[in-house]
Amino acid sequence: MNARTLSLTIGAIAILAILAAAPAYAGPYPLGLMIGILSYGVLATAWSMFSGPTRYVSLATVAFFGIGAYTVAVLGDVMPYPLILLVAALIGAVLAILVGMATLRLAGVYFVVFTFGLTELVRQLVTYYEVNVTKTLGRYVFLPLGPEHIYWQLLALGTVTLALAWWVRRARIGLALRVIGDDPVAASHLGIDITRTKLTLFAASAVIMTLAGAIQAPRWTYIEPSIVFNPTVSFLTVIMALLGGPNRLFGPLLGAIPLFLLFEWLSANFPNHYSIILGLLFVAIVFLLPNGVLAFAEGLINRVRPVAGSREAAR
Amino acid sequence: MVLSALLTGLVLGGTYALIAMGLTLQYGVARIMNLAYGDVIIAAAFGAFVLFNSLGINPLLGLLIVAPVGFLASYLIYAVMLQPLARRSGDRGRLEVDSILATFGLLFIIQGVALVVFGSGFMSYSFLAVPVNILGTSLAANRVLAFVLAIVIGGGLYQLLTRTRWGTAIRAVAVAPGSAPLVGIDVDRVARFAFALGGALAACGGVIVSMYLTFNATAGVVFTMKALVVVIMGGVGNIPGALAAGLILGVVETLVATFVDPGLTLAATYLIFLAVLVLRPSGLFGRSAS
Repeated sequence: MNARTLSLTIGAIAILAILAAAPAYAGPYPLGLMIGILSYGVLATAWSMFSGPTRYVSLATVAFFGIGAYTVAVLGDVMPYPLILLVAALIGAVLAILVGMATLRLAGVYFVVFTFGLTELVRQLVTYYEVNVTKTLGRYVFLPLGPEHIYWQLLALGTVTLALAWWVRRARIGLALRVIGDDPVAASHLGIDITRTKLTLFAASAVIMTLAGAIQAPRWTYIEPSIVFNPTVSFLTVIMALLGGPNRLFGPLLGAIPLFLLFEWLSANFPNHYSIILGLLFVAIVFLLPNGVLAFAEGLINRVRPVAGSREAAR
Repeated sequence: MVLSALLTGLVLGGTYALIAMGLTLQYGVARIMNLAYGDVIIAAAFGAFVLFNSLGINPLLGLLIVAPVGFLASYLIYAVMLQPLARRSGDRGRLEVDSILATFGLLFIIQGVALVVFGSGFMSYSFLAVPVNILGTSLAANRVLAFVLAIVIGGGLYQLLTRTRWGTAIRAVAVAPGSAPLVGIDVDRVARFAFALGGALAACGGVIVSMYLTFNATAGVVFTMKALVVVIMGGVGNIPGALAAGLILGVVETLVATFVDPGLTLAATYLIFLAVLVLRPSGLFGRSAS
């Protein structure tokens, strides 16, 4: 067991080292693709951390992502960069707690609907503020950060996110969350503080999404509410996580890779039919997981486990 | 100023009430949380636009074409896409999640087709754009017509639901889907029919919207949100509730747009939504939920 943990750790470090060295040999285009994959991998993993076990489908990913990006745009010239990231994380956490307190007590469907429009609400409020108070819509981000810096930061964030997701699955809070997802009544009889547990995980996942947006802000140079609050990001995150399986540690990441590349290719070649294909894919994923999103992960684990087991045995 | 804003708000609210009735049928009876609902509205608006602009068919006649198409299309969507989901999901919670995700895909498909065909520009046509004098303020005739249509269609539906045997069956499924089969109601058929009827109402709403508002291919989401807010405010499945909530929302929105800022109407909608959810989750007019 110890030897296995050790070899897994060494393997993980080796993979990380290879990934971290990527900017040295990858050209600008592959590096851009890797940034995109990492970004969606982080978002999908963070989304699943909360939505996988609780079955609360959040469609507000880009609300947090955009807030992160906007925080960097607003504070870019005022504060040192690490401090900005901290502030962004704080804002994301506060918003998540406010939204969560208002909606997490309610039935899941209301939560979906609320998060569905939250992005639009945040976008309208930011636009209103920029137009009426600062009198300019759109901001420039000038930070001395190249694509490789963004890539490294995202890689670090991704590693932390995966570690956190791994820890949550094993810790008390992850178990509590799964019990809540399976049967909220039983959970409350077991003495689980349902609201606080959900709120903690929702906030943690939102902070990660906010940071993902903050880190990528320098990539745009010019930022506008309609750019950073693009709802497609939320939708893509959901189908990536659903495709890979939101209840598996590496599921969302594995879902993010093919879908990101697919959509990158689609937007380059079929920009006009993009949303039709996105829609068909959504319907297909819901249908091809015959027992729905919820039971999908269990079925997948049963199908994959023998294979994984034999691979480990071969080691 | 206040009076004209109130009147405009009531007109808008009448349309909201009408489209919310369709959604409350789909969600309350067929148990489908249809996130593509607003896109059906927009599709119908485009339909009325094409009929009027290229064939010269007046929207009132257009209504007679577009509404049945909306009914048939929704019937097919339910039969092909949603019924299998309803059959395979045992509990209601899973059907809700599945239907949300599936209709979410549908949203993109309808929106994508509209974008390919019509582009993303805003559309409108000029129909009965003559001022009418009401209580000393002038209002465009198309708005007055829109209000009358919403009242006639919504009122007619209400009469059907409360006065006929078939309306009773629909209401029975909404209240007790488990017990309805015991008295010989075919829940599957009623659900399919209610979903299609909801689609027809969305189509009527779309035609009415197209008479007096500008719209574009991506405006569906906003209509879905507004219809949902009205449904939740009115209490799911409650038709008079939807009517009252629709009128309230229309008036509040118009007042905010007139006296605060037109860019904040959705924020106002949202605040109302949140307040209702937190204070009265079963809706302003609903009985307390189990």
